[in-house]
Amino acid sequence: MSADFVAGGQDLELESIRKEFPGFVAVDDLDLKIPAGEFFALLGPSGCGKTTTLRMIAGLETPSAGRILIGGNDVTDQKPHQRPVNTVFQNYALFPHMSVEENVAFGLKQRKVDNPQQRAQAALEMVELQHLAARRPQQLSGGQQQRVALARALVNRPALLLLDEPLGALDLKLRRQMQIELKAIQMEVGLTFLHVTHDQEEAMDMADTVAVMNHGHIEQMGAPEALYDRPKTAFVARFLGQSNIFVGEVAEADDAKLAINFKGNRLAAPAARVQKTKGKVAIGVRPEKTSFHPEKPASDPAVNILGRGTITDIRFTGVSNQYQIEIPEVGEITVFAQNVGKSPVVELGAEVWVSWKVEHSFGLADLPTGEEEVAE
Amino acid sequence: MAFVALGPQAPVASQKPTKTGRVALYLLLPGLFYLGLFFLTPLFSLILTSLKAPSATGVIGRYDVALEIGNYGYALGQYAPQIFRSFSFALIATVIALAVSYPIAYFIGVTARNRPLLKGMLLTLVIAPFFISMLLRTFAWKQIFSNDSWLLNTLKDVGLMGADSYIIGTDFAVIFGLVYNFIPFMTLPIYASLDRLDLRLVEAGQDLYANSVTTFRKITFPLSLPGVISGTLLTFIPISGDYVVASRDFLGSTDTAMIGNVVEANFLRIQDYPTASALSVLLMAAIVILVSAYVRRSGTEDLL
Repeated sequence: MSADFVAGGQDLELESIRKEFPGFVAVDDLDLKIPAGEFFALLGPSGCGKTTTLRMIAGLETPSAGRILIGGNDVTDQKPHQRPVNTVFQNYALFPHMSVEENVAFGLKQRKVDNPQQRAQAALEMVELQHLAARRPQQLSGGQQQRVALARALVNRPALLLLDEPLGALDLKLRRQMQIELKAIQMEVGLTFLHVTHDQEEAMDMADTVAVMNHGHIEQMGAPEALYDRPKTAFVARFLGQSNIFVGEVAEADDAKLAINFKGNRLAAPAARVQKTKGKVAIGVRPEKTSFHPEKPASDPAVNILGRGTITDIRFTGVSNQYQIEIPEVGEITVFAQNVGKSPVVELGAEVWVSWKVEHSFGLADLPTGEEEVAE
Repeated sequence: MAFVALGPQAPVASQKPTKTGRVALYLLLPGLFYLGLFFLTPLFSLILTSLKAPSATGVIGRYDVALEIGNYGYALGQYAPQIFRSFSFALIATVIALAVSYPIAYFIGVTARNRPLLKGMLLTLVIAPFFISMLLRTFAWKQIFSNDSWLLNTLKDVGLMGADSYIIGTDFAVIFGLVYNFIPFMTLPIYASLDRLDLRLVEAGQDLYANSVTTFRKITFPLSLPGVISGTLLTFIPISGDYVVASRDFLGSTDTAMIGNVVEANFLRIQDYPTASALSVLLMAAIVILVSAYVRRSGTEDLL
């Protein structure tokens, strides 16, 4: 056992892993491969199966089918205590009857590692809590408990560290701070991190790779920028940030671009950014890539134009203003505009045209069902 | 006494209410009055009686107020075997009751946690004996264990018991009866502790390389200690003073007499009130000493 103590992060492979509970399928034949040393985020709304997936990797749930491999070893039938995996639990799950140091040293003592106290102290120093080693967990603040939970898991140098919404209970400021620290620690120790969260900003901020999960399967996986820039499904487009989505029959499709006929308007997207070229296609654009104009812009094949509409809502959010623009027969469009020191150029009720560059459009593989909007 | 609060996970002082209204003190008065009247008065009377000397008139059952400390020496010398037996029986019965009750409590509080129907049924079963008088239940066991009962005849026929052996009046019968009567008192507090046990802590233990035995030893059991302590106290204390089960009218004989039986005999039959009172005071003092030592040990020391 102590041989793999010094080992660094290892890769994780899930082979068509499946979990059925009475009456529903929580995880539906999921395939996933996480390279060693990566910070991987599993992002999805509550009930999407992400926590069940994490619990199966930890060994706390038994998969109905499929295999789990860590560093190439099949651990599917191993008990939780036999797996080279540690978890930072959502509620921290610190042992209330032990001191902070005893909590951190617990795993080391079970594995009979030399000098558990010293190692526990070193781990507490890493999270800057060495002065609280003798306290009981209940005497610490939420943020401090969170760090103890992290130290308790990290001190074992697991091949894979699982984080189950570990920042969910912290306030915004502390959460941002812990995100930075977590990322720094991950780079420092070089372990593989699997982070489960429903907070898209947290996932994009910290992870090298994000997998968006919905209804027990992965909708899309990739680097945060790629995922945000080129969402493939309506769910991803709306769960990861916001999107304006328009559905229409394909009007023209060639090697360069695809255009749909959206209620009489021609909306185009680059061919490289569309998933589907036949029948009904959904074309989307991010609100911050969209702008509005008091006059109708000159017609340009490189620009998509919709109008005329009315501004129905203006919301000030600090760094940007959010505008809701209602266009008759078309629907609502959201536009974000940076607050760069100018006073609002338009007022509520003003009549405007909306436009965006064709190169910013993306085409989806599916059509929005309306369900995404109610998703968390 | 709030036994539940005595365990190692007693909440830290930070939860103290910030304001202590005068109303709370007034609300306390009836309780204090009740305790003063019905606990302190008899206690005082008991101590007074335990120091009385035989009446100068020589009438049996008549005693004069005195300071006869020798009553205690006499009681101790005369009834040492019964005193020793009481505490031995109480200890053995408590240990057996714990061994029997813990798995029951664990099953109801942990295994059946998400099955309300099963849990409700099992809890009812644990409490069910209370629906019938304890005297009747003990009497029922006397019937079952009596010499020509169906059980004994069968055991003798099968050869598991000698033809002229018996159960009633033996240490076995008394300890069995004591365990039987006190299992609910042991089970319920342990169940209350285990029912509150956060199973995520058990999962955290497994995640940190502890197998199921270690997880139980280091996490589940220590966290259920408040219940175990309450349960053992609620069992040990009443058993030490029990006089029903060990009495000759029930499962015992003169060979199994406990302090309770001796006190009863001295009070009601021999009418030696000072000795009976001295024995009662001794029993009380011994229990207070044993229990406070036990609580202190389990409360401050980090067990296991």
